[in-house]
Amino acid sequence: MPGRVIQISELTKIYKMGEVEVRALDGVDLSVDEGEFLAVMGPSGSGKSTLMNIIGCLDRPTAGTYQLDDVDVSKLDRDERAVIRNAKIGFVFQSFNLLARTSAIENVELPMLYGELGWSRDKRHAAARESLRRVGLAGREDHYPSQLSGGQQQRVAIARALVTNPAILLADEPTGNLDSRTSEEIMGIFQRLNDDGKTVVLITHEPDIAQYAKRIVHMRDGQIQHDEVGKQKRPVAMVMK
Amino acid sequence: MKNSVMRMGNITVVGLKAISRNKLRSILTMLGIVIGVGCVIAVVAIGNGATKSVEATINSLGTNFIMIFPGAATQSGARIFTGQSTLTAEDADGMKAEAPAVAYVSPMVRSAAQIVSGELNWGTSIQGVSTDYPLIRSWNVSQGDFFTDTDVKAAAKVAVLGNTVVDNLFPNGDAVGQIIRIKNVPFKVVGVLEKKGGNMMGQDQDDTVIAPYTTVMKRLAGKTKIDMIQVSAVSGSQVQEAQNEIEAYLRQRHRIQPGQDSDFMMRSQEEIAQTQAQSMGILRTLLLSIAAISLLVGGIGIMNIMLVSVTERTREIGIRMAIGAKGRHVLMQFLFEAVTLAIVGGLIGVAIGVAASLGVGHFLKWPIVVTPASVALSFGVAAFVGIFFGFYPARKASRLDPIDALRYE
Ligand SMILES: Nc1ncnc2c1ncn2[C@@H]1O[C@H](COP(=O)(O)OP(=O)(O)OP(=O)(O)O)[C@@H](O)[C@H]1O
Ligand SMILES: [Mg+2]
Repeated sequence: MPGRVIQISELTKIYKMGEVEVRALDGVDLSVDEGEFLAVMGPSGSGKSTLMNIIGCLDRPTAGTYQLDDVDVSKLDRDERAVIRNAKIGFVFQSFNLLARTSAIENVELPMLYGELGWSRDKRHAAARESLRRVGLAGREDHYPSQLSGGQQQRVAIARALVTNPAILLADEPTGNLDSRTSEEIMGIFQRLNDDGKTVVLITHEPDIAQYAKRIVHMRDGQIQHDEVGKQKRPVAMVMK
Repeated sequence: MKNSVMRMGNITVVGLKAISRNKLRSILTMLGIVIGVGCVIAVVAIGNGATKSVEATINSLGTNFIMIFPGAATQSGARIFTGQSTLTAEDADGMKAEAPAVAYVSPMVRSAAQIVSGELNWGTSIQGVSTDYPLIRSWNVSQGDFFTDTDVKAAAKVAVLGNTVVDNLFPNGDAVGQIIRIKNVPFKVVGVLEKKGGNMMGQDQDDTVIAPYTTVMKRLAGKTKIDMIQVSAVSGSQVQEAQNEIEAYLRQRHRIQPGQDSDFMMRSQEEIAQTQAQSMGILRTLLLSIAAISLLVGGIGIMNIMLVSVTERTREIGIRMAIGAKGRHVLMQFLFEAVTLAIVGGLIGVAIGVAASLGVGHFLKWPIVVTPASVALSFGVAAFVGIFFGFYPARKASRLDPIDALRYE
């Protein structure tokens, strides 16, 4: 019986812009079990990124509860959320967000520098190496982001998200800056990681990309419209062995 | 505990990497600190050296030394000198008898001339003194003899040469017994003085010719009055007593009414030393102010660059926060960068400061004293500047909102 990773109920986020109130999230209920591969879809402005920021503990909801791994994280302060992000969440962003002039392996080691576990240099190195191998970048450890293609940079970002073995991988438009062939490769990586048991939450507005997930949630105006279990599409050719 | 030590180590690594990624900018940022610390080191080293050098030359004046100049002293201690000297050789002659605390007295008459010996000639100063002069200045002859009281009475044409003059007129040594011509008057060299070195103004004290004051007055300078009287008190504790006795004696001789200003003034060795120390102090304060200002400017430079750096790296800060950096980690990272910049700047400053002081010392022939304390001090100041001026930008970085920072273009 798989455990519950995300349990969200009545989640509301209100941005106040002077007199105007923007209800970016308006009573969202959502639960995600371990091993799921969830895609959140919806038009621009529907609240996808807002939801992801809260799921990723970058932000706090205005109202409602959010339990991550059975811990209520909706009321934690800045530092406590930083610890949760480090231990439980792996982010993958649309614009890769690697540190420039920092080698692939150093980028992947980064989360371990801030961890509560005191990782030794050697352990950091070994874990980063292994993580890069899992995304198919063995041998590229010492390359700098400027020496890597967009798809390779995104793989480094995935390796970085993976390295602390978080409870979920959170990806906001991870293929938004990539061509369709590379997007397929990246989705293939997410699927493989999911096959290995990793919980993945993906945000996208491209139906094509959402097809790679097992379950698709549609949002509109800060609310969940419907929640469907899809027939998962597989990449035409698995590039990775 | 072990974990937090390790995490501090990690943050150190993070900071060092950021600095080495921006080498040129880091170096330019350090410049203010380099100059400031360099100044502190140089000022302290040169200042200490100067103090030592001044002490040494003041001691080289001889012991219990008092100088009497013609002309009245003003309130501020400056000398009013109205052309004609008020001191005579007779003032000096009677002094020992009237002032028991005085051990030795010598008049001094100065002149300058070209000295000729065979083919060679050398321009130097000529000092006319009495036989007490070597005793007052603790300055003996290394070859031959000093001239005698008989020579002084007879205004004999004899001279004692300083080392520099010997070097220039008698390159082969052996000056004693030779004849030199001063203003076409032949003088017999009877002795050569010990080497004395430079004085506090950097003048070479060995570049001089010494002759009986009577001879200099009559044959060379054509003076009837003398330029100065040099006196040595019986002991250090009797310098003040000697000054009082001389004061009374000279006022009486010069028929100065009570309430009237004296027409001469006195300076003891100690007073000279104090005046020197005062001007050294002013110089030192001035240079230290320059150092303080450059450290301030350096600190502002660091703050400026760190603020630019924080803005430029907003994205990076967002990424670091997203993957788990706490505010404290970001604060430490930027603070560490600022302090490292300051300390590395401090190190370079120490090197440059030491080099500069050695250079100045070599040039002025001053002993240079670079104390560990001054190195430690400037180092500490540099680190403090780094922390002080690095704190605001670092705190600004640590308070960024991760979502805003990640969105920053
Ligand atoms: N910091 C903020 N301040 C005010 N309003 C905000 C803020 N962030 C988001 N919003 C508003 O909240 C709503 C949801 O925004 P969100 O970014 O979650 O949309 P999205 O679904 O991610 O859109 P996109 O597909 O364009 O990325 C929008 O109306 C947006 O204008
Ligand atoms: Mg969005």
